[in-house]
Amino acid sequence: MGRYVLRRLLQLIPVFIGCTFLIYVLVWSIPGNPFAGMCGERPCPDSFIAMMTDKYNLDDNVVVQYFKYMGNLLTGDFGETFSGLDVGELISLRYPVSVRLALVAVAIEAVIGLVAGILTGLRGRGFLDNLVLVSTLFLIAIPTFVTGFVIQILLGFQWEIMTPTVSSEANWSELIIPGFVLGSLSMAYVSRLTRTSIAENKRSDYIRTALAKGQPQRRIVWVHLLRNSVIPVLTFLGTDIGTLMGGAIVTEGIFGINGVGRLVYDGILSKEGVIVTGVVVLLVLVFLVINLIIDLLYAVLDPRIRYD
Amino acid sequence: MTDPTAAAAGSTATRDSESYVIAAEHVEDVVAKPGKPRSLASDAWHDLRRRPLFAVAGSVILLLVIVALFPGLFTDADPDLKNLAHTREPPSGDAWFGYDLQGRDVYARVVYGTRWSLLVGLGAAVVTVLLGSVLGIFAGFAGGWVDGLLSRIGEIFFGLPFVLGAIVILTLFRNAGVSGALPIVGAVVASLAVLSWPVAMRIMRSAAIAAKQQDYVKAARALGARPARIVFRHLLPNCLAPVLVYATIALGAFIGAEATLSFLGIGLRDPAVSWGVMIADSRNFVRVAPHMLLFPAGFLTVTVLAFVMLGDAVREALDPKMR
Amino acid sequence: MTTEETGHLPEPPLLEVDGLFVEFRTRDGVARVLNGVSYAVDAGETLAVLGESGSGKSVTAQAIMGILDVPPAVVTGGEIRYRGENLLAVDENRRTEVRAQGIAMVFQDALSALNPVFTVGFQIEEQLRVRLGMTRREARIRAVELLDLVRIPNAKRRVRQYPHEFSGGMRQRAMIAMSLALDPEVLIADEPTTALDVTVQAQIMDLLAEIQAERRMGLILITHDLGVVAEVADRIAVMYAGRIVEHADAVSLYRRPGHPYTAALMESLPRLDLKGAELNTIKGLPPSLLNIPAGCPFHPRCLMAQDLCRTDVPTGHRLGLGRMSACHFAEELVRSV
Repeated sequence: MGRYVLRRLLQLIPVFIGCTFLIYVLVWSIPGNPFAGMCGERPCPDSFIAMMTDKYNLDDNVVVQYFKYMGNLLTGDFGETFSGLDVGELISLRYPVSVRLALVAVAIEAVIGLVAGILTGLRGRGFLDNLVLVSTLFLIAIPTFVTGFVIQILLGFQWEIMTPTVSSEANWSELIIPGFVLGSLSMAYVSRLTRTSIAENKRSDYIRTALAKGQPQRRIVWVHLLRNSVIPVLTFLGTDIGTLMGGAIVTEGIFGINGVGRLVYDGILSKEGVIVTGVVVLLVLVFLVINLIIDLLYAVLDPRIRYD
Repeated sequence: MTDPTAAAAGSTATRDSESYVIAAEHVEDVVAKPGKPRSLASDAWHDLRRRPLFAVAGSVILLLVIVALFPGLFTDADPDLKNLAHTREPPSGDAWFGYDLQGRDVYARVVYGTRWSLLVGLGAAVVTVLLGSVLGIFAGFAGGWVDGLLSRIGEIFFGLPFVLGAIVILTLFRNAGVSGALPIVGAVVASLAVLSWPVAMRIMRSAAIAAKQQDYVKAARALGARPARIVFRHLLPNCLAPVLVYATIALGAFIGAEATLSFLGIGLRDPAVSWGVMIADSRNFVRVAPHMLLFPAGFLTVTVLAFVMLGDAVREALDPKMR
Repeated sequence: MTTEETGHLPEPPLLEVDGLFVEFRTRDGVARVLNGVSYAVDAGETLAVLGESGSGKSVTAQAIMGILDVPPAVVTGGEIRYRGENLLAVDENRRTEVRAQGIAMVFQDALSALNPVFTVGFQIEEQLRVRLGMTRREARIRAVELLDLVRIPNAKRRVRQYPHEFSGGMRQRAMIAMSLALDPEVLIADEPTTALDVTVQAQIMDLLAEIQAERRMGLILITHDLGVVAEVADRIAVMYAGRIVEHADAVSLYRRPGHPYTAALMESLPRLDLKGAELNTIKGLPPSLLNIPAGCPFHPRCLMAQDLCRTDVPTGHRLGLGRMSACHFAEELVRSV
């Protein structure tokens, strides 16, 4: 197992480098004048350009630029924006909000998805089953921003159950509804996945054996069936945490959440390349590490999987 | 008493027994179905035709394709005709879906927008599946360092957060001055494909690996079949099923993704006005003029729904376990 | 059935299936899976139930255990008596009680029959803990004893391993150990050796015979393999299309089969002294249970079939002490060989 972990970590490095380099190139090799519009209506003075070029290593070729940048990152120096703000600070302010949002979303999708999936998987055809199938179908089909919009309008403006936008502290309770919106697509997947997994496993030989052993029905469902059925669902939930953290920009936009997604979006629009690369590098790292952890977790959950 | 063997040879017993005894070739069909054995594809097609899910989804999509190709059949109004006198008017007899901010007929715009939404979805699905499948089969079949390299490259692109990556790529295109309907569509298709091909590759790759280990492939190899033949005749037919299911569902997902990107302002834009663009335009007026949001959003939802349902139906039809 | 017919003493047999009818209601129609199956087994006795796939031998076993998939399966007639008590007439709690404690079952493919995510020890111990109320420690000790009993080496280590870590033969032994945990009086073994190598097969059969003798259990051995049956069985019931077509003690059956189907099965066994000759087969396949032929179900494949066979269902013909054959010409067949 240890060798497997080592091997995966070693594989992770080139992927990390490749991914972050790709982003760096995309952001910093944008054709056009990077300083356009920064000094008001007039073109920037040469001294300014010289200073900026030096500060951001714009004279070096992209590869060198990249390595200098990554070198700084590894020491915790995320650099400064063109307007002098410390990127590291900006990120440390916003990132915890995004993490909270992602966790809330995963928690909600797990609870609702698992319950719906277990009930319908056990019971089979019927009203509840059709209800769940149809509603998940809609959740899969409607883009997140439409769901978000509709919920914001209904709950925030029409019925006034919640404040339409989230405050700047963004505490846990405020994040419940945005979390629900963010996780709505995944919730549909979780319930369908659970449903299918339970329905398939319910007919397997080892369940028949447990029945023939005279084990009580409840135990068969909650110990034997669930333990097997839940494996693919848990791995999906795990990777979803990583995915959600990188994809919450739409939800953050609609509900006014000061997370890392909006930070990047604003950074792209205002051409602050340092913000974009800084955040994306962080997100990529988190994503890759979480995926690795989930793969290892899979081996714990299913004893047939043993990495050597 | 008669000789038992004489009784068997050519007697009435054997004639009647044909209806009860199944010929040895068709052991699988316990309930004897007349006719020759069918391939998986034609079996799947027969199964699909009988499913209501497929019929409904299929007809919706067919209708949408017709709308996309011949919008003039469905509306006489000009989608670009502005008439500020009608700004933000709700639905009425003249304009079924009302008017938008600049007084344009929303129904006409929704009708004409169909082609752009569908085009992006189709284009992205085709490119993603082609690219991913080719690389996937190659990686799965070749194995070794080729597989390792391609998988790592796939992981690199997979590691990019989708929305953020799309924003970056599309901003790049925009700053490079891409304009005009088809180039804009091309840019969006490219960004979607670049970020999604690893998924298609992964599916194809695992299907190829599983197929490669089947005995019939080993047999083909032992008979001296060349790699190209093995790939095309033996691997491909068996790997198509999961990719096909993915492609159908992905088509729907891409249409939704385009809408999201347009909503963020970096997807399609004039003159390629899709439903997503319309939704983005309606953003600030949702409370006062909800019809500007609802109708394109409704069409969007129905379209994506149709593709997802189609994908579900195709998956059930192609899954040999569920027969 | 009288003593002369069954060869059993007047007190009720340990386990008795009496005229069992089971149907499967499917989309394509009603499959008549069991059509009046009757057999019995006593303590210390081994009954082999022999038949091809689809003959209904496993369904009968599952009906006895009460683990049939109840839609689509429906029991439409008959009784299953365990110590005289009709299991089809009792409530589910009693049924559950009998499972594994009165009548236990061992399945064919131990790899799929054992839960892959729990250790073998856990699966044995849960019987002891949940149904007998043992503590963890007591259960662990007993589980190791059971693994020892079935001759699994290194039981203490093995008890903490997962099913996929065992070899095929050892897995089967582990399943047998699990089935013995509650000291059942009857053990039903459904094709216990079909998935195993020939040498391992012999070991497992020896093990079963030994355990049965020690505990004086009734053993119902379900199989399609005549070779396996010869050594172990006291009595043999041959099934075809959901019916018992012949029922006899092992010696008589082998010496003089009383039903054309049994005869054909014996003919199809490869024999060393007939090396070089073509193998005999029974032409055709078993009938679809959705559409069982009129008259004798075997008549389409029977070399002796007459007009009578196509129209009249044969009743059981008594062929002597404890022998029965469901063939119109059973007596002739037995005399003619």
